[in-house]
Amino acid sequence: MSAPLVFDRPLARRRLARARAGGFAEFLLARAADDMEDRLAAVLREFPLALDVGTPTPLLAERLRASGRAGAVLRLAPTPEAGPLTAVADEEALPVPANAFALAVSLLALQSVNDLPGCLFQIRRALKPDGFFLACLFGGATLTELRQSFTQAEAELEGGVSPRVAPFAEVRDLGALLQRAGFALPVTDVDSVVVRYADPLGLLRDLRAMGLTSALVERRRAPLRRATLLRALQIYAERFADPDGRVRATFELVWLSGWSPHESQQQPLRPGSAKARLADALKVVEHGPGGAVEPGER
Amino acid sequence: MSQDTPMDTPTDAAPRVDPKLLELLVCPLTKGPLVYDAAAQELVSRQAKLAYPIRGGIPIMLPEEARPLTD
Repeated sequence: MSAPLVFDRPLARRRLARARAGGFAEFLLARAADDMEDRLAAVLREFPLALDVGTPTPLLAERLRASGRAGAVLRLAPTPEAGPLTAVADEEALPVPANAFALAVSLLALQSVNDLPGCLFQIRRALKPDGFFLACLFGGATLTELRQSFTQAEAELEGGVSPRVAPFAEVRDLGALLQRAGFALPVTDVDSVVVRYADPLGLLRDLRAMGLTSALVERRRAPLRRATLLRALQIYAERFADPDGRVRATFELVWLSGWSPHESQQQPLRPGSAKARLADALKVVEHGPGGAVEPGER
Repeated sequence: MSQDTPMDTPTDAAPRVDPKLLELLVCPLTKGPLVYDAAAQELVSRQAKLAYPIRGGIPIMLPEEARPLTD
């Protein structure tokens, strides 16, 4: 079964290449990299060899190398760049062998993967047993203000709406995907970041400088009408401005982590293998289908 | 990479590819081994019948950028 194609990945890579050529807006990535360093500091492991999956710039790989947190980092870059141990790759087809890495990391990349279950499975496969995976990607509430503004403007002026802002995965789905990909002890959490701009155009400039302008397969081929854009910007400024006139843009950073399974990790017991009864622990009378069951009787 | 992979000196101005990098990479589609063709600056996946280009010392491991092998 192949996943539906939502994102035009070669187009997304061209957008990113253009963004990097023009000076990549790195502030969200830098924040996520700070956070990742803190999270990794809490993991008492050595990582002789780490894998960076698709982080838009070398920032994270450079930091992991410089801090010595990882002995070496294989960087799979989305666009060509010079650097140690660097190759260009697609997150959906990782050019790495199984059982090779003690750590896999990814920042602000996995939100535009078509086949996220397949990608997570490949990452899990690349990890050694007891290897650690930590990633951050944009979640469902990201750019909700922009999405609402475009939807309202298009409904008003064009009598219909088209997808202008990419769909992002919901946190609860991502947790299930980690489990499906075979990760043990999966954890997800959310860090909501609100960025304030003098006007909505500032946000659009930043999205372009992050290579995040829409790369949807189903995006409208016709260019955005000027009137619709202006109306959307007007709605944005009306509905999402703070009292001081600056507008808010939400970026939902979803964190995923999990371990490649190993027998040393905590394991769930086999169903039915319990040695104590819940009713005894709670000191209550258990009611089975046939009525009350006395403590100790079974 | 297997032991019998020829490791020729890169020709002319082509930047040298880190041998450690070549050791870590496999074909993104088959996860099978790659053979380094130093003269052509390509990484060849015989199983996938694709040759991945190396540009400026950077392996481009994208199936859509790879050259299909005809033989």
